[in-house]
Amino acid sequence: MRNLEKFLRGRFAAALVAVLVGFAISAIVLAAAGFDPIGSFAALFKGALGKPKYIANVFIKSTPILLTGVSVAFAFKTGLFNIGAEGQYILGSTLATIVGVKLNLPMPLQVPIVLSAGIIGGAALGAFVGWLKAKFGIHEVITSIMCNWIAFYLCNYVVMSETFHKPNSTSALPVSSSSYTMILGNWKKSEAGKQFLANIPWLREILLKTDLNYGFIIAIIVAFAASYVLNRTKLGYELRAVGFNRDAARFSGISVERNIVLSMLIAGGISGLAGALTITGISPHTTTLLAAMESYGFNGMSVAFIAACSPIGCIPSSILFASLIYGGMSVQQAMGAPSDIISIMIGTIVFFTALPGVTNMLADTIAKKRKAAEAALSAAKEA
Amino acid sequence: MFGNIILLIGITLMYSTPLVFGALGGVISERSGVTNIGIEGMMVIGAVAAATASYFTGNPWIGFLAAGICGGLVALLHAIASVSFAADQTISGVAINMLAPGLALFACRRFFDGAAMSPIAPKLPKILGEKGLAGTPFANLNVNVTTVIALLLTVLMWFVLYKTKWGLRIRAVGEHPAAADTLGIDVYKIRYVCVILSGVLAGLGGASMTIAIIAQFTQTAISGHGFIAMAAVIFGKWTPFGAYGACLLFGFTQALVIMLGGGDFVVPSQILSMLPYAMTIIVLILFVGRSVAPKADGVPYIKGSR
Repeated sequence: MRNLEKFLRGRFAAALVAVLVGFAISAIVLAAAGFDPIGSFAALFKGALGKPKYIANVFIKSTPILLTGVSVAFAFKTGLFNIGAEGQYILGSTLATIVGVKLNLPMPLQVPIVLSAGIIGGAALGAFVGWLKAKFGIHEVITSIMCNWIAFYLCNYVVMSETFHKPNSTSALPVSSSSYTMILGNWKKSEAGKQFLANIPWLREILLKTDLNYGFIIAIIVAFAASYVLNRTKLGYELRAVGFNRDAARFSGISVERNIVLSMLIAGGISGLAGALTITGISPHTTTLLAAMESYGFNGMSVAFIAACSPIGCIPSSILFASLIYGGMSVQQAMGAPSDIISIMIGTIVFFTALPGVTNMLADTIAKKRKAAEAALSAAKEA
Repeated sequence: MFGNIILLIGITLMYSTPLVFGALGGVISERSGVTNIGIEGMMVIGAVAAATASYFTGNPWIGFLAAGICGGLVALLHAIASVSFAADQTISGVAINMLAPGLALFACRRFFDGAAMSPIAPKLPKILGEKGLAGTPFANLNVNVTTVIALLLTVLMWFVLYKTKWGLRIRAVGEHPAAADTLGIDVYKIRYVCVILSGVLAGLGGASMTIAIIAQFTQTAISGHGFIAMAAVIFGKWTPFGAYGACLLFGFTQALVIMLGGGDFVVPSQILSMLPYAMTIIVLILFVGRSVAPKADGVPYIKGSR
């Protein structure tokens, strides 16, 4: 019983309960709308995990939301709400496109430069929001939202500009191929590669039929680095101190203003990297005209919140959300149920992660019963 | 020139109306101490409910009512989480912004054979009827009836918040719930009512988009309006008139974008479209300075805790 109690008080239980409730409520919605919930969930799992290439695609899709998730989590731990991950992502991908189209250096130079361009774009936007908060006291939520839209239209401006627009399309020119970050990108298309892969069907499938790229590995490194900086360095200590109690931090000699800007700069850079990695890693290797927000930033918030804003916790939660979003696409084909059910499910999951009270209350009930039983036992012994 | 000014005023009022409803919702909720980031989601639900109900009943007023009810129901979720369960209000709001658009599209596809938009639905009337002022230079001042409702609600909310005992209670709960509690005010009840009202208002805001400005629900009918309304709340320093003014400013910049876009200016339309957002930031820097939220805004109240 004590173990169960401890488990229920943990973070994992809260996340698990939230996921289960998410599935339960989506099942109810599906059934109420006249669709078969079991069949829909089967289609969901099959669509996410049914073939090697599906699994590869889940990892590809989880890369950007893992990074925006880490970005949101990092800022949240320092007392800032980075609702601007979306705009930082967009600006990162736009700058990466600009630099990637204009430059054509050898790969070992090109890739770092293109990725840096994305990081700088996101970091600049994040730092601007941080500076507005530090210098003028303007709430970061408003300025972030405004910056999201400014980045949105800036991206569309670049896509439609004479220099970058690809004729007869709705996208910009693709970046030069030396910027690509696909795994074994050149080898897999060579004769030797094709011959080798012909004998290993599953490897052939994930290498040739998906844009499997180094992004996910980079994202995991970033998640661990963010966690290290937050928890093991002086910088991280100061950032968290500012988030935890601004006045106390100021009294102990920490510059609050500097740390607000720095935190948003780092968070913005991480989201910008997400945008750049999408350009280098996934075809069509360019930005397209945006009709609506792409939701990478907003999905990042969900990823961060179910992970209780732990950067490392974002790794499993981004994989979970990516499989739901990617697998959800096949629900519509297989069962005719609108794939929007996935948004409902994710929303429900995030909603219930906001209620850690539920599992704690269960733990409290168990504790109460245990104490009552112990009291009864000791009373019996005395008698 | 004169015609252009009238047109500018007309478009300003039209575009600001959904924002005013959303911002009023934000004001009432935050004044009672509950942050409501979910305004956007509640507006989307209102938008789909209004178009659907108006289409099937043929009566746009029923659509308007349905939007309020559905917005309120979604807000009830936020109230349960943030008042009864002392949940993190930011997270709950973000969840509602995920959940509500999903639910809206799901419902839309269910009702309209898998389409992501509704058919054309009957619209709410204009204040002077369809033909009012037509042919005169003032034709563009014949605004939607929702524009007038929004203004009336702003005055009403100001009156309630500052001139009645309920208003005093709401503000007390938002500033210092524990003190309000010791005076016998039911903190939980006031917060529930305010959060649900904020959803009703946001729902009406969605309706004022889909059955007044345009005549159908589309996936992008509400795109960021709730967030701009939230900005207007802070910009307007958490007061009804302040928020109303902020929304007018947004509407005005939107109108400028439309007017300038039609002219012979060399500025590309994408750069023009940034204007409302850039202007907000500039105005915030120049005029507003540090805005002070209600003291207990975003802090769950747990009875008996210090």
